[in-house]
Amino acid sequence: MNPVNYLYLAALLFTIGAAGVVIRRNAIVLFMCVELMLNACNLAFVTFSRLHGNLDGQIIAFFTMVVAAAEVVVGLAIIVTVFRSRHSASVDDASLMKL
Amino acid sequence: MSGGALAAAASTTSTGEALQFWVLGTVAVIGALCTILMRKAVHSALCLAGTMIVLAIFYLANGAYFLGVVQIVVYTGAIMMLFLFVVMLVGVTAADSLKETLKGQRWLAALCGLGFGILLCAGIGNASLKTWNGLGQANSGGNVEGLASLIFTKYVFAFEITGALLITAAVGAMVLTHRERTERARTQREQSEARVRTGRNVPPLPAPGVYARHNAVDIPGLLPDGTPSDLTVNATLRGRGQIRDVSSEALAELAALEQRSQRWLGRKGNGTGKPSGGPGKPGTSENGENGEDGENAGSAPNPRGVAK
Repeated sequence: MNPVNYLYLAALLFTIGAAGVVIRRNAIVLFMCVELMLNACNLAFVTFSRLHGNLDGQIIAFFTMVVAAAEVVVGLAIIVTVFRSRHSASVDDASLMKL
Repeated sequence: MSGGALAAAASTTSTGEALQFWVLGTVAVIGALCTILMRKAVHSALCLAGTMIVLAIFYLANGAYFLGVVQIVVYTGAIMMLFLFVVMLVGVTAADSLKETLKGQRWLAALCGLGFGILLCAGIGNASLKTWNGLGQANSGGNVEGLASLIFTKYVFAFEITGALLITAAVGAMVLTHRERTERARTQREQSEARVRTGRNVPPLPAPGVYARHNAVDIPGLLPDGTPSDLTVNATLRGRGQIRDVSSEALAELAALEQRSQRWLGRKGNGTGKPSGGPGKPGTSENGENGEDGENAGSAPNPRGVAK
């Protein structure tokens, strides 16, 4: 088996995540889809690292994980704040910058 | 395992790895699809956690041993638990509505996703990736050691900026979720004095199910005229709209029960010669029902009786 199959899987997962961001309206599920896309990118990076035979791809994936952790912390804090003021986690309801 | 054997193992893929890829890859894709198709956010989070665990196994299979462990510890351990925490905070039963606000949005989105996926796969297919060299050479001194020597030499500035990013994220999360209390919280005595002064709800609030046939906390107690009283249910449940209003079905059950008991009493009345136990329906003989079954009528009042 050629490791290129991992790249096809990563592309498929990224596509599913992107479609989920467009389809879903719950802000938490949107964040999960973004996480899915980031994970697909990580899989592609790790596979490229194996294809090229050096560890740079794994370093990039490591930094992606760090950035994803920071992004999730801030994003979920924003969702909690918005939910507190609007009592809804739907992105359709948040059409104004302030109440 | 020696370096040469590791290099030989890393530059070829075994049949076992192919089998693992096809089985676990299917699981990953199903998990991803369930993530975007499940209506409840909890189910989406659990499906995503399954996909991430499968990806961790793929990292291990690709020679990224450190990243595989980090994926399980950080992603499925910390990030997904944070997601579940927020889902529980926001409301676990809040399901997405299936109503489309934009007409045909879902089909268009699925079509765009399909086109995007075809684009990506065509790009990968056009690249010449026939030959590849595995990680045997790079991992010969150990995966973690190789990563560490790269992080602290070539990528040391990116690593330090990462520290600044994490501190900023932690401070930002605290700032966003912190709520400043502008006035002092009222004590219990002040609250009771305010209640007496306004004269509203001076005694404690009625408990759920006082006048009803149920005593679950999400079922409101019934007022004497049969309507549910919102005061008896916790304000959190009221705010979430999780009040189960069973007054109508409870009253229907009560009417059916009374009808059965009337029939039974009527038969018994015929047997013992009791004069007031006619086999009439409760709707037609209210006075007789109240007279012979006073406890039942008092504990669960019939709205039709009040309406008459």
